[in-house]
Amino acid sequence: MDRLKKIEEGFFRVLMFCSTVLIAITLFLIIFSILYKGLPSISWEMISQVPKGGFYFGKEGGILNAIVGSLYLSFGSTFLAAIFGLPLALFMNVHLIRHKKLVNGIRYVLDLLWGVPSIVYGAFGFAIMVYLGIRASLLAGIITVTLFIIPIMVRSIDEVLKPVPRGLLEASLSLGSTRSETSYRVFFKQTLPGIITAVMLSFGRAIGDAASILFTAGYTDYIPTSLHQQTATLPLSIFFQLSSPIPEVQQRAYASALVLIFIILVISILSRLLTRKYQRNQINF
Amino acid sequence: MSKVSLTRAVRFKRIQVSRHLRDKMNSAWMLFTMVIVVVMPLILLIGLYLKSAMLLNQHSIFHLLFSKEWKPLSGEFGFFPFIVSSVWVTVVALLISAPVCLLTSIHLTQYAKKWVLSIMHPVIDMLAGIPSVIFGVWGILVIVPAIGNYVAPFFGKTVSGYSILAGAIVLSIMIIPFILNILIEIFKTIPVELSEASLSLGASKWQTIKFVLVKKAFPGIVSAFGLGMSRAFGETIAVLMVVGNVTQIPTGVFQPGYPLPALIANNYGEMLSVPLYDSALMLAALILFVVVLVFNFASRLLIVRYERHF
Repeated sequence: MDRLKKIEEGFFRVLMFCSTVLIAITLFLIIFSILYKGLPSISWEMISQVPKGGFYFGKEGGILNAIVGSLYLSFGSTFLAAIFGLPLALFMNVHLIRHKKLVNGIRYVLDLLWGVPSIVYGAFGFAIMVYLGIRASLLAGIITVTLFIIPIMVRSIDEVLKPVPRGLLEASLSLGSTRSETSYRVFFKQTLPGIITAVMLSFGRAIGDAASILFTAGYTDYIPTSLHQQTATLPLSIFFQLSSPIPEVQQRAYASALVLIFIILVISILSRLLTRKYQRNQINF
Repeated sequence: MSKVSLTRAVRFKRIQVSRHLRDKMNSAWMLFTMVIVVVMPLILLIGLYLKSAMLLNQHSIFHLLFSKEWKPLSGEFGFFPFIVSSVWVTVVALLISAPVCLLTSIHLTQYAKKWVLSIMHPVIDMLAGIPSVIFGVWGILVIVPAIGNYVAPFFGKTVSGYSILAGAIVLSIMIIPFILNILIEIFKTIPVELSEASLSLGASKWQTIKFVLVKKAFPGIVSAFGLGMSRAFGETIAVLMVVGNVTQIPTGVFQPGYPLPALIANNYGEMLSVPLYDSALMLAALILFVVVLVFNFASRLLIVRYERHF
């Protein structure tokens, strides 16, 4: 009986170890296969030029329009989401500190919103667009993506603010500062490293999502010069190029995927560096 | 001398007033953002409903959900094939990722050494951060050919590889980091005393895990899977790229399917040129929204209850 138990434990330990390794391997397999396919076809021309005539038949040009468009879209929506998200997260943790039930209710709603698929936001954004009579544009895309990342940003910042000791709040208030001063001058500074990580996370989500902008941002071969023009985005450019039957264009899709992964990696490294830099302003308890 | 102190007092007063004014304005804006976010689900629901009302007025919801006819040009909108495809993809994806997540989370919280954790944490974070379109590209590069050339022939079938199974595999990898993070949190909240008591009674480590930890964490595990399922149900681009997109009721994992999100994403181009088409797609989004909302609502409720338990 005892031996059987030992065998069972051993069996499951092996299984557990294997599944852990499997997850790690899958990640490396994904990155490796994109690198393997993308590296041969990436070139300076790809990332420095907009598509030229016949680009979608394998002729000259690059995906600069998509890169710049994606950056515009993500910067715009992250900025907008921060204008809404940061005050809300601070409000929940400073002003409403004594209303635990209300705060938990808001968290619940935010978690629900976080779970809503991005295609639903896309469809909703499209419905709003039709209602207001706007055409697909950078602005419509930014608004849709903002809706999509607000819950992500608020909940991430909220998680950072939660562990701040209550003593800090009391000390700040007892020195005569108003509650919003406590929010922005004390809590914000204290948790800046975490907030940067949260904002970067939202940025990463914004730049990687394709379903929400499919209807709203449109697609164009040019770099947008105003909010009312359509804009190309990296995920959609990958998607469109990959569905082309021409091998050269498909090759470019792999290269574009590489560019997108590169941007995501840069964001995560940057957020780690910035976090370290701003950690110096923190009060240690 | 007195003049100087007077202006100082006035200035101080002014600063006070402006400080409090600023506080009021800031707080008002904060309150405004809160109201917006709290009513957001309602706005989404109403917005999508209003857009799909046109179709709902013509056909009953029951008819739309269970009719197999999808012919937009003749005004037939039956969502049944798409709903069945969605269920297939989601369930198979969960069947793949559930055991992997459960085993890995137990390994990471109970057995793993520090260095394993220091590797796995960034791995999970990175996996969660990869955009879905990249998963789609990878699916086309690796999973689809693998199914077409090796897996399906092994079962004696010849298919292109664009199938429910391909979609489910890609999905399962996408939801792994999501489920894993929740499971790790759940296993961490279980008090150490509980397993210590079990160990001191002579149970082995594995018995403790099996009879104490997993049993105690069961509601949490179920809700983690529920959340993972709702995440999988709404995933669009990656699935769309590998699942085949054929309007039919799939009867096996090697057949192509056409899940709801893919339906919405694929047809946005022509939806304004066919009458009621846009209404039908909005209804699809509404169905997606309601299903995900219900799943999320139930799972979160279970988790909140569970956390209050300790």
